[in-house]
Order: sequence, then C-alpha cells, then structure tokens
Amino acid sequence: MLNELFPNVIMDDLWTATYETLYMTVISVIGTFILGIILGLVLYLTDRGNLWSNRLVNGITATLVNVFRAIPFIILILLLIPFTDFLMDTIRGPKAALPALIIGSAPFYARLVEIALKEVDKGVIEAAKSMGAKTHTIIFKVLLQESKPALVGGLTVTAIALIGYTAIAGVIGAGGLGDLAYMNGFQRRNNDVVFACTVFIVAIVFIFQWAGDFTAKKMDKR
Amino acid sequence: MISIKKLSKHFQTKDQTVQAVDDVSLDIEKGEIFGVIGYSGAGKSTFVRLLNRLEEPTSGEITLDQQSLTQLGKNDLRKKRQKIGMIFQHFNLLWSRTVYENIAFPLEIAGVDKQNSKEKVDELIELVGLKGRENSYPSQLSGGQKQRVGIARALANDPEVLLCDEATSALDPETTDDILDLLVSINEKLKLTIILITHEMHVIQKICHRVAVMEQGKVVEVGDVLEVFINPKEKTTKRFVQQLSPLEHDPERLKDFITEDESKEVVKLHFVGGTARRSLISEVAKQFDVYVNILQGSISQTQEGSYGTLFVELDGERKVIDVSMDYIRNSGVEVEVVTNA
Repeated sequence: MLNELFPNVIMDDLWTATYETLYMTVISVIGTFILGIILGLVLYLTDRGNLWSNRLVNGITATLVNVFRAIPFIILILLLIPFTDFLMDTIRGPKAALPALIIGSAPFYARLVEIALKEVDKGVIEAAKSMGAKTHTIIFKVLLQESKPALVGGLTVTAIALIGYTAIAGVIGAGGLGDLAYMNGFQRRNNDVVFACTVFIVAIVFIFQWAGDFTAKKMDKR
Repeated sequence: MISIKKLSKHFQTKDQTVQAVDDVSLDIEKGEIFGVIGYSGAGKSTFVRLLNRLEEPTSGEITLDQQSLTQLGKNDLRKKRQKIGMIFQHFNLLWSRTVYENIAFPLEIAGVDKQNSKEKVDELIELVGLKGRENSYPSQLSGGQKQRVGIARALANDPEVLLCDEATSALDPETTDDILDLLVSINEKLKLTIILITHEMHVIQKICHRVAVMEQGKVVEVGDVLEVFINPKEKTTKRFVQQLSPLEHDPERLKDFITEDESKEVVKLHFVGGTARRSLISEVAKQFDVYVNILQGSISQTQEGSYGTLFVELDGERKVIDVSMDYIRNSGVEVEVVTNA
C-alpha cells in the first residue's frame, strides 16, 4: 500500500537522508552548545556590574553576535564557503554544513544563554562571594547550575531551528532530508518524496522538543 | 574584636554622590550580639556589606582580630571571607541543591574533603534542627527552614563572625522568634560574634547586647540595648523605642483615674534591668492591704533583663499606700506619682 501512495520514495535513500540530518543536527547542537555557552558567559560576565565588567569586550562580543545573527542563513553558508573549504577540505556533504550551522546558531544560543544567566538570583551570587568562592566556582557551581533548566530550554529551541537550517543547507548540497526533498522531490516533481521528507523532519522535531522539555523539567527543582 | 574606623562608602550616580555610609566608627566585642537598626535607606545594608567587602569601602579601616580587612589582597580576602559567615533576608540558597548540598557548598569552596565535610554537615543539620530534611530542595521548605539552612551554611567553616542582613525580615513573627532563639543559642554555644542589621526594634530588644542606630549613613546613637531603651537620646531612637510600646505614654487615658481622693494614687513604675521581679505586683497586693489596679504599660524582656513602665492605681489607706510604694522602691523599681499637670 505504501508503495502505491509513495511510488517514488526509496526507503534506503530516506533512511540515509535521515541519518545525515541527525548527524548534522547532533554535531552542530554540540558545537552550538559549547560556543554559545562561552559567548553567553562572556556577554553576561562582562556586562556592567558583573564579575568581569568590561565595556570594550562586552561591546565587541555583542556586535559580533548581532552581526552573525543578522545574516540570513542561506547567505551565511555562501559567505563561509572559503572558510568551510579550508576547514573541512570539502564544500559538499553533511560535514561541510557543520561550520555554517554552528556559526549561524551559536550567536542565537548565546543570547538565550545570556538571558538565562541574567535570571540567576543576584543574591545567590552574592552569597557565594561571601563564602569566599573563586570566580570559576561561581561560574560552574552557581551560574551554570542555577540556570540549567533555562539553558536546556534554550538549547531545545536552538536545536529545532538547527533542524530547519540543515534542510536549507540541503538545498546547496549538504545532504539530509532537505536535500532529498529538494533534489529528488521538488526538482523532479515527486510530491510524494517531499511529503515523506516532511513527515520525517516533523517527527525529528517532535522528538527533540519532547526530549528537551523532559530534561528541563527533570532538572528544575524550583 | 572588630574595630571599624571612619568607614565611608559613597555611590556616584549621574548627578550626585550618595553617602550610603558616612564616617562610621564602632568597636564590636568578641562574643556579643551587636545590632544595627535603621529605617530603609539608612545605609545599614551597605554597612554590613562593607564588613566582608562585598562592597568596597571608599575610605576607612576595618580590623578583625588585629588583622586589617581593608588591606587584604584578593586571594587573602577570599580566604578571610570563609571565616565571616553571612545570612540574608531572602536566604539566597541554591535551589538546584538539596539542603545537604547547600550546607556543604562553603566546605567545597574551602576545599574540605568529602569525609570531613559529611561530618560537619551532619553536625550542622543537627544544630539547626533540620534532621530528616537533608535531601529536600529549598523549594520544599518553609521560610523558617530555609533560613535555618542559611544559618547552617554560614557556620560551615567555623566563622569568627556572623553577619545577618535583615535575616528575619521576610519571616512571620512566630518564625522570627524561632530564628532569633536559634541565633542566641548559637551565640552562647559557639561564643560566636553576631552582627545583625534590622529595622525591627523587637529583634534588637530580644537578642542584642548592644545596638547602634543608623540614620542617613551615620551612627547617631550607640550603647547597651537596655540603656538605649530606657533613655533614648536621638529622635530616631525614640521612634524605634515607641514601636515597641505605643501605649506607654498616653496620659489622656490616665486622666479619669487621677483624683483628689487620698485613698487612691496613680503611680508609674519604671522597671530597669535585671532587678525587676516578675511577681512584684502580686507581692505588694498580698503583703499590704491595697488593691493594685493595672491601668496600662508594657514590660519587655531584653538580653540584659526586663525593662518597661507600668501605670497602676493603688487603692487603700494613705499610710499603707506610702509603705507599699517604699517597698516597691526598695526592690529596685523606680516609682513616680502621677498627678494631673
């Protein structure tokens, strides 16, 4: 029955594409998480009245973040082609999409991290200071711990945006479900392929959303 | 033990300099509970934060046990802070940690190993009366319990001083009393010096030995709690003392009792300090042939004994009234005959 409804869908291709999409998403979520936490911490800590209060560093980081957030993703991929080529030695396939995916979404996540850190009670930071805590203790044992649910929530939102980005990257040959839908589906007027890819992407999004919500809820002891 | 000399803190805002703490000098003895009282904006919160340099002083000096705090470098200051406990109005617990983990936090910071840390935390949980709640999260505790965690946490590194920043202001009256009792017992058990700031006079009355009154960044009055209560000099101090006994001076209501009748006398009894005996009134009524009619007044218990005023009407023969007044005087209570002025 499935063969009649989806005459042009080749299951092997669909699974390969799903794997590629998952590969791109998972690796870029990890990269985005690391880069975003670092940028978010810098944004927060160098803000006025905070631990490393520094106007210059804060200004530069904020500008950088804003500029990269302003560039539409499809254009960012094109701009990053020389960089990708240099870094990955190729500009095609799932691997080649990673730099653009991470650079495109880390600034977004960084802002979410900054918001999450700002939500941490200043009194708790003061209490840690009054106990004689070092800065790294305050960062790792107070700031990041106390903002954990918000950090995970933000990462979920970012991950879902990233799944969308992987589909866009597919259009210029990154592989994955977006690639399949565009090349084998849209270009060849195979609407069933487009539909199958859509169903798979939606399923992936749902799984990520559920996992993120579940983890955030588990962590939240407030 | 702690000596504060000419301590000042200025905040620079856009168009003016705010003198949050202005030229404050104080000496705080080892083992005493020292209270700082003031209305909001008086600079008391800033003052207490200067003591562990959560706020950097603009000028002045703080010495703790002959060691200058104001001269300490960043690292030495961090080490020293481990010996200065602090509790807060809003408790400031880490919600992501259990009661046990919150109390263990300062020990982690001080680099105490797991085994010693566990012993210490268990001991502290016992001390503050939270046995059985070790694995609860702060969100599962009541306000009073949260402050108990705060106190245990502040005591973890065996501090020399405990700073209390409005520690009971977010609690209901009953819980406040429990927490104050706990502070007194800690003060006695551990011989710990406690500096607490508050805007509630009854906190001062209940547990402090000495008190400083702050207004607009300055200490306007300082002395033994009892002395300040009996004989407040400054206007602000008087207002605080009035908080406790609003009825005390209400001559209007006494008017009806003051008559020309020789067999009735309205007297003001002034209780000052430890000599006041609780059973004085019934003793008088039993020993002498007088009726003692209590009109108004209040007696408060302080760390240094009870103090207060009581207006009573003595009803009996003239001679007996005089004898009973002498008796009261001899038991250390000031007696003043109230007449219609």
